[in-house]
Amino acid sequence: MQTQIESEPRVSYSSRRDSELVPRSVVQARNLTRRFGRGETSVDALRDVSLDVPAGRLTAIMGPSGSGKSTLMHILAGLDRPTSGTVEIDGTEITTLDDTPLTKLRREHVGFIFQFFNLLPMLTARENIVLPLEIAGEKVEAAWLEQLVGSVGLAERLSHRPAEMSGGQQQRVAIARSLITRPTVLFADEPTGNLDSMTGGDILALLRHSVDAFDQTIVMVTHDARAATVADRVLFLADGQIVKQLTDTTPEEVHLAISELGKE
Amino acid sequence: MLRIALRGLWSRKLRTSLTAFAVVLGISMVAGTYVLTDTINKSFNTLMASARADTSAVVSGKSLVKNGATSDQPTVPASLLARVSSLPGAASAYGVVETESARMIDAKGDPVGPAGPPALGFGRDPASIGRDGAFKIIDGRWAKGPGEVAIDVASAKKAHVSIGDTIRVEGSGPLQSFRIVGLLQWGSSNSLGGATMAVFDLPTAQRLFGLGGRLSEIDVIAKDGVSPARLVAQIKPLLPPNAKALTVDEQIKEDQSQWSSFAKIIRYALLTFAGIALFVGAFVIFNTLSITVAQRTREMATLRTIGASRRQILGGVLTEGLTIGALASVIGIGVGILLAAGLSALMGAIGIDVPRTATVYAPRTFVISIVTGVVVTLLASLGPALRATRVPPIAAVREGAVLARRRSSRLRQIASGLLLATSLAVLGVGLFGSFDQSSQRLLTIAAGCALFFIAVALLSAYFARPLARIVGAPGSTFGGTAGKLARENAMRVPARTASTAAALMIGLALVTFVSVLAQGFVRSIGVAIRKQASADYIVMANDGYSTYSNAVAGRLARVPGVEKAVALRTDTVIAFGKQISITGFDPKTASSVYKFDWQEGSNASLAKLGGDGAIVTDSFAHKHGLGIGSPLPVQMPDGRKLRLRVIAVNKQPELIELLGEVTVSEKAFDAVYRNPKTTLLTYLRTTGGESEAVAARLRSALAVFPSVQVLTEKKAIDTQSSGMNTLLAMFYVLLGLSVVVSVFGIVNTLALAVFERTRELGMLRAIGMTRRQARRMIRHESITISLIGAATGIPVGIFLAAMVTTALSRYDIVFSLPVSSLVAFTLATVVAGMLAAILPARRASRLNVLEALQYE
Amino acid sequence: MSIDVSKKLATGSVTRDGVAVHATDLCRCYGEGDTAVNALCDVSIDVPTGHLTAVMGPSGSGKSTLMHILAGLDKPTSGSVEIDGTEITTLDDTALTKLRRKHVGFIFQFFNLLPMLTARENIVLPLEIAGVKVDPDWFDEVVGKVHISKRLTHRPAQLSGGQQQRVAVARALISRPTVLFADEPTGNLDSKTGGEILELLHDSVETLGQTIVMVTHDARVATIADRVLFLGDGAIVKELPETTPEEIQKAIQEIGRR
Repeated sequence: MQTQIESEPRVSYSSRRDSELVPRSVVQARNLTRRFGRGETSVDALRDVSLDVPAGRLTAIMGPSGSGKSTLMHILAGLDRPTSGTVEIDGTEITTLDDTPLTKLRREHVGFIFQFFNLLPMLTARENIVLPLEIAGEKVEAAWLEQLVGSVGLAERLSHRPAEMSGGQQQRVAIARSLITRPTVLFADEPTGNLDSMTGGDILALLRHSVDAFDQTIVMVTHDARAATVADRVLFLADGQIVKQLTDTTPEEVHLAISELGKE
Repeated sequence: MLRIALRGLWSRKLRTSLTAFAVVLGISMVAGTYVLTDTINKSFNTLMASARADTSAVVSGKSLVKNGATSDQPTVPASLLARVSSLPGAASAYGVVETESARMIDAKGDPVGPAGPPALGFGRDPASIGRDGAFKIIDGRWAKGPGEVAIDVASAKKAHVSIGDTIRVEGSGPLQSFRIVGLLQWGSSNSLGGATMAVFDLPTAQRLFGLGGRLSEIDVIAKDGVSPARLVAQIKPLLPPNAKALTVDEQIKEDQSQWSSFAKIIRYALLTFAGIALFVGAFVIFNTLSITVAQRTREMATLRTIGASRRQILGGVLTEGLTIGALASVIGIGVGILLAAGLSALMGAIGIDVPRTATVYAPRTFVISIVTGVVVTLLASLGPALRATRVPPIAAVREGAVLARRRSSRLRQIASGLLLATSLAVLGVGLFGSFDQSSQRLLTIAAGCALFFIAVALLSAYFARPLARIVGAPGSTFGGTAGKLARENAMRVPARTASTAAALMIGLALVTFVSVLAQGFVRSIGVAIRKQASADYIVMANDGYSTYSNAVAGRLARVPGVEKAVALRTDTVIAFGKQISITGFDPKTASSVYKFDWQEGSNASLAKLGGDGAIVTDSFAHKHGLGIGSPLPVQMPDGRKLRLRVIAVNKQPELIELLGEVTVSEKAFDAVYRNPKTTLLTYLRTTGGESEAVAARLRSALAVFPSVQVLTEKKAIDTQSSGMNTLLAMFYVLLGLSVVVSVFGIVNTLALAVFERTRELGMLRAIGMTRRQARRMIRHESITISLIGAATGIPVGIFLAAMVTTALSRYDIVFSLPVSSLVAFTLATVVAGMLAAILPARRASRLNVLEALQYE
Repeated sequence: MSIDVSKKLATGSVTRDGVAVHATDLCRCYGEGDTAVNALCDVSIDVPTGHLTAVMGPSGSGKSTLMHILAGLDKPTSGSVEIDGTEITTLDDTALTKLRRKHVGFIFQFFNLLPMLTARENIVLPLEIAGVKVDPDWFDEVVGKVHISKRLTHRPAQLSGGQQQRVAVARALISRPTVLFADEPTGNLDSKTGGEILELLHDSVETLGQTIVMVTHDARVATIADRVLFLGDGAIVKELPETTPEEIQKAIQEIGRR
């Protein structure tokens, strides 16, 4: 698949934004606090964080190690419960849900991409992709599957197993898998962390493409500065709080922001 | 490396203990068996020694056959007593009558005491009692005249009687009533292993047991200064040819040896099952260690990259195995001791009290337990240890637990095939070859079986994948995603699935083998019996194999409606140096119920039986080259010789022979066997066949012979199989142990699999798999593995049963599949799978998704 | 200990005037017939002592394969590799193991510490396996260099990723190997910690004279490498001495485009 980053002019983003002045927010977080441990040795990973994730946009969350960005994503995705605060996904309050209804909600509304691909080794690419639907007991729409497979560029590899694919190809399978259910929001945890820079760039482009072509909402946690080139908005965390926000930015600006944060 | 091995085990405590459990169980059975039998042996030996504490010499009858094989218990003439007591070296001498079939009957008409142990009856000179260290009256007094009896405390309790009450005793004739005048104990226990004891005075006992003018033994006490040996020397000249005199020490040894050979059988039987449990345990260890090694591939590879040699890796894994083995053996010994105590308490509760002296902890027990445990574990660890050495250093850089494709599988295939062929050869030799001793044959068969199981286990890895596909199909179709993923997981590493299922395979194969054979036996026995005799009613002892009073047949013949009553007497003789069975019947009535298959002679030959004629079986005749007119010299158990002459040859199905190798006329039989309790079966022909009226009359006629029952022919045949069913149940229980061990193996594998697939499980939960689905997935996987064990085990069991049936072809055993049992086994397997899954499934569902995803 | 002396000790006996690893005409083929793949083709390389050589390239370029072969973890289909003058491709397993003890150290992406041993035990493990006594002064020096002295009694589970990798670095250095192979050492660490590790490695080259070969896709290696080799489709296609992260990224993109 060709690198699309340079060929896509920046102007297309802003023009899209102009037509939709205030996109609705699919994920709303209010006053999130997450404390680990107790008493003297307790650590506040998040302090009173509130944010809105706008629909149809790619939001990146960045920050130095220990800033709480991963914790924030885990809570937004329903994988972790905050010590206090609320999270709503598509209007449903998730922090008070039991495990089974939360799991069922994840089926419909949440997609995941992990740093280490997390494909099932004994299933083929195709079987991996449709797995979320099978778990939910839903039928596979053939046309949608074909379209997805086409956009990730895996049409010839559907019958291969993960062991027969490179890291980049595996991550593409994972992306297709996360998109197959057309989730309300897709969470990506360091999606390029385990890939070389070439392939990493391809993956980022792919994520951008799904936002543009499928109107997918994506929240990405990363320390890859190139995320700047595909994100509509970059949130910076430091010491458990959102300290900065950049829209339509560049890798250099991101580098600068992070090193400044690191110095504080 | 030692530190790594030990630390590693410690960090995986739960897994280590589950693995060790298999060995613990097996070793505990080994240790428990030895402790139990050692203690019982010692107790009996001590008691027997103390029973003769005051005696110096014992005079008794000689018997050429082992006790119990003949109803004719060896006796000496009572007249010997006076001559022995007047010997210069003898201070006093006492006569004793002893029998093992003096069943007490309570007021309700039920026998007192459990059916297995003997019902002992004694006749003792009151003057001699009190000198006997073992017998003790604890209430009342000894019997002094006719109609009096002293009984053991336990029987009195069971029959709800006490001093002054009446109790009936069955001797060699109809029931007689006695008044209880005393309660006694033997040694310190209320009863002796469940045996009941009734003590009469001497003349009463002689009458009751048909031993007029005879004594079972004479106890002689020497004068001061006379050694037992000298006393025996004085006695010897007085002895008739069939009597012997032994010093008290020699006699004690003889008493003890009779018991110890019986105890040996118990010990070997229990050890066999312990061996099976250990064998299965070895499989579990092999399997668990293999998985652990595979899981630590990266660890091992890292060690190699920092310079560990193959030998150091081998040593590390073997150390782990050794530690588990040693620990498990020690714990097993402890559990075994508890087991022995529990068993003996259990036996006491059922009423089979064993005299309890202090528990015997022979050093041999500890040594054998530890050595066995360590050797078994080491052997089982060898495979995984060798595999660990083959982990290439490059595995350190690959992500995840990668099981390298083994290109040397061709070699493995050939080796497994060879092993299979070898095992079949050994089995063939064991089943169809000729051996001097049956114990050699049994060992060969056992070795062949063990090799066969190992071969099947190795080969099953090759068809584990298609098996998993088939067996997992229903789960996959109906179980949703959980079922589908479970099947894929089971198919993922066929070698591991196969080796986990292998342990279960062994247990199921053995259980199947036993039930198919049993079914075949049961069917065939019915066929064989019907081939030989036909009657409307058959009279036999309640336990199905004891002999009973000869008066029964005569009494039944007089019941209205009975046309013919044919009794079969049975006992033992020695012919051509071997013990054989001898039968006696009335030649005039025998052919009305018995269907002869004459090879030489005919029904007319029956009239020629006379006083010394004998009918021999076909196989006996062939073995010793006998035909009509051949002389047949035999020897009675007491040594007397008989000259018989063959007058006919009859063929019988060898599976179950109603007539012994030699058959003589009833008159001839009674002339040489004095015990009037030698009837084994009585066949009845009644007018109008079976009818309730006749049956009622027969039963009332037998009221005075409560240890005997009358059955229709069909029922009589069925009782044979009920005995088989009890035996079968015992087998199932003991084999069930090996199944339990193998289920632990499955639990282990699943737990490890859950651990290995933590990240996968986290991912599945993250993308929407509920806890219940996760549990279901593990459950399906467990059931799939179990069913693979059944799918391999049951056919193997059937195959082995088929081979044995063929080997026993001359017994005409039918090969019959107990379908309902096989279905039950399969269902039990599914249940076992579900049970095995409980803990791992719970762990899988309780996984913290977040932690699982970050798991490295 | 003075820097020069320790440099000499680290490099050991050198028979090829300052070349720790000498590889010629390496080829590595996988599979047969139709599905045959050439991971490496005719690659020759000299690794100079006392320097940090980085090997980079897009995924599938063969860089990992190259390092595995140089390190003796894999055998080439053809070609030869000499470590400290000894030809390793013909050695049997036992000889190779002995060679590893003296001449080769490893750092892995996933740290590869033994979970049931403490940090101290992990660090001295190579010496224990070889049956060599631990020099306490040297131990203290290594531990001091990686800044892990306060955590020696902790087990890997109680250490953060960065700390685990530092223990791994100490373990690799303790036996003063002729060459240290690092396989994506920062791949599993966040950028701050990764940078610290790179610093450590740089330090060991500068002050201890350790020879290092590192495979990575972390462009920051530019700041510590003496030389960066680029692989593409199984061959060395570019070489940059003393470069910058930006140049590296540019180079990789170029190679990927071919």
